[in-house]
Amino acid sequence: MSPAAVELRGASLRRGDRLLWHDLDLEIAAGEFVAILGPNGAGKSTLLKVLLGLLPLSSGTALVAGRTPRRGSADVGYVPQQKGFDTDLGARGRDLVTLGIDGHRFGPLRTPGRAQRVQRAIDAVGASAYAGRPIGRLSGGEQQRLRIAQALVGDPAVLLCDEPLLSLDLNHQRGVVELLDRRRREAGTAVLMVTHEINPVLPFVDRVVYLVDGRVAVGAPDEVLTSDRLSSLYGTRIDVLRMRDRIVVLGAETEPHHDHDHFHDQNTGEWHRDE
Amino acid sequence: MSDIWTYLHFPFAQHALIAATLVALVSGLIAPFVAARDMAFAVHGSAELAFPTAVAGLLVFDDALTGALLGSVLVAVAIALLGQRRGEGNTAIGVILAFGLGLGVFLLSFYHGYASQATNILFGSIVAVTGRDLAVLATVAAVVSLLVLAIYRPLFFSSVDPEVAEARGVPVRALGLLFVLMLTVTVTEVAQVVGTLLVLSLAITPAAAARRWTAAPLLVTGLSVLFALVAADGGFLLSLAFVDSGVKASVFITFISFGLYLVARAAGAVRKV
Repeated sequence: MSPAAVELRGASLRRGDRLLWHDLDLEIAAGEFVAILGPNGAGKSTLLKVLLGLLPLSSGTALVAGRTPRRGSADVGYVPQQKGFDTDLGARGRDLVTLGIDGHRFGPLRTPGRAQRVQRAIDAVGASAYAGRPIGRLSGGEQQRLRIAQALVGDPAVLLCDEPLLSLDLNHQRGVVELLDRRRREAGTAVLMVTHEINPVLPFVDRVVYLVDGRVAVGAPDEVLTSDRLSSLYGTRIDVLRMRDRIVVLGAETEPHHDHDHFHDQNTGEWHRDE
Repeated sequence: MSDIWTYLHFPFAQHALIAATLVALVSGLIAPFVAARDMAFAVHGSAELAFPTAVAGLLVFDDALTGALLGSVLVAVAIALLGQRRGEGNTAIGVILAFGLGLGVFLLSFYHGYASQATNILFGSIVAVTGRDLAVLATVAAVVSLLVLAIYRPLFFSSVDPEVAEARGVPVRALGLLFVLMLTVTVTEVAQVVGTLLVLSLAITPAAAARRWTAAPLLVTGLSVLFALVAADGGFLLSLAFVDSGVKASVFITFISFGLYLVARAAGAVRKV
């Protein structure tokens, strides 16, 4: 049997004197779609950084496709938080995807078969109509599809996405989530997505990982996203309301902050500015 | 109008034309990265900082170019160390720049050679290029060109998409340092021809114009080199044609460079209509 796409055992992460999360046990199978939820500063993006091999765990073990996370591993595709590109950046959508194949290689030689692989990746995300246009002049949704094509062009076992739905309208949010869902079904790519937007992903995800104040809840959305479970996770009264197929979490900070300048003090239960 | 062809038989004019070509080649290669990394101020800063180091070169070696090239390494290290965090860079460059210019004026008060040596640093002196200068320029051009060829892809990756590049194993910070070094050395070279005050016309404008024509990275680089060559060589030849006017070649170079940029903008606007 092939190894789990992602495996965390007793994983803890400390940054400075702050314990972001601890004793995290998580095993994600090939083709699983997992959403990582929680308030700002809970260490969601940091979890992705660990799996990318950019940060070491403070304790415990992490494995990606059976191997210790290593920077530059071909097992992992990464879609970073949407920043947008300069309008006049001298690069087309196609060039961004191409960098996913050999952007890390030195020397002038091209990888054989590069153009065909890039075209297949572009077709797979439905971006062929605008892949030749300057990347800085595309809409947020179009840029996001090309970023996903870039992350997938190397056929990774695991796809890590950091807030891929941020600043997209509902239509594009739905398009991106369906795209990821199709990929994990057809190619068996495990997808981990950090997101503040619960509802667009809810119909598709197998499990959610909810991080609050160093505590972690893992399970199917229906198990984790309940008033009782979240109240005990936050240590305060949280109400989860269900309206048709939508969920509203009341009492928890769920709105995205783009600047990430707040963190939650686990001793006093207050929000502070983080300098 | 004087006969350009007659002038081109003189060694000074041949040297100048070769120097203009070498300088245009490297600055055209570097310029797209300067634009993509938004480092115009770093260019300006390291160009003006070639002034104090060139004066120091005059004092110590009696040669401005040696001083400026050695100094550019110092400048690169200072820019890289003080401005490591993104967004902090421009402030750091401003601080070093202010001090450096003061230092240059201070050093100049100890220099009692030809006054024109000092103004040449600021406004360029393409006709004063010696055979030894050419050897230095050619070496720098060869090294920078080979480096660009070797690191083109990872440098492009870390310029347009630093976060993913980092995750993919590109040594983003080391490449950034190397690029600042290549930049300051190139800028020092360009300053020999157009002067420290007019460097941007070869190290930024060609790429700015090229990006208006295309977004294909290799084509941007090719056009940028072409525009830099047209501006540098064309500017020098024009200065020969109008030699009686006494206008320096660097002036024609900046005018042609800006003209190419205006044409590119106009063409871009027309295509959109």
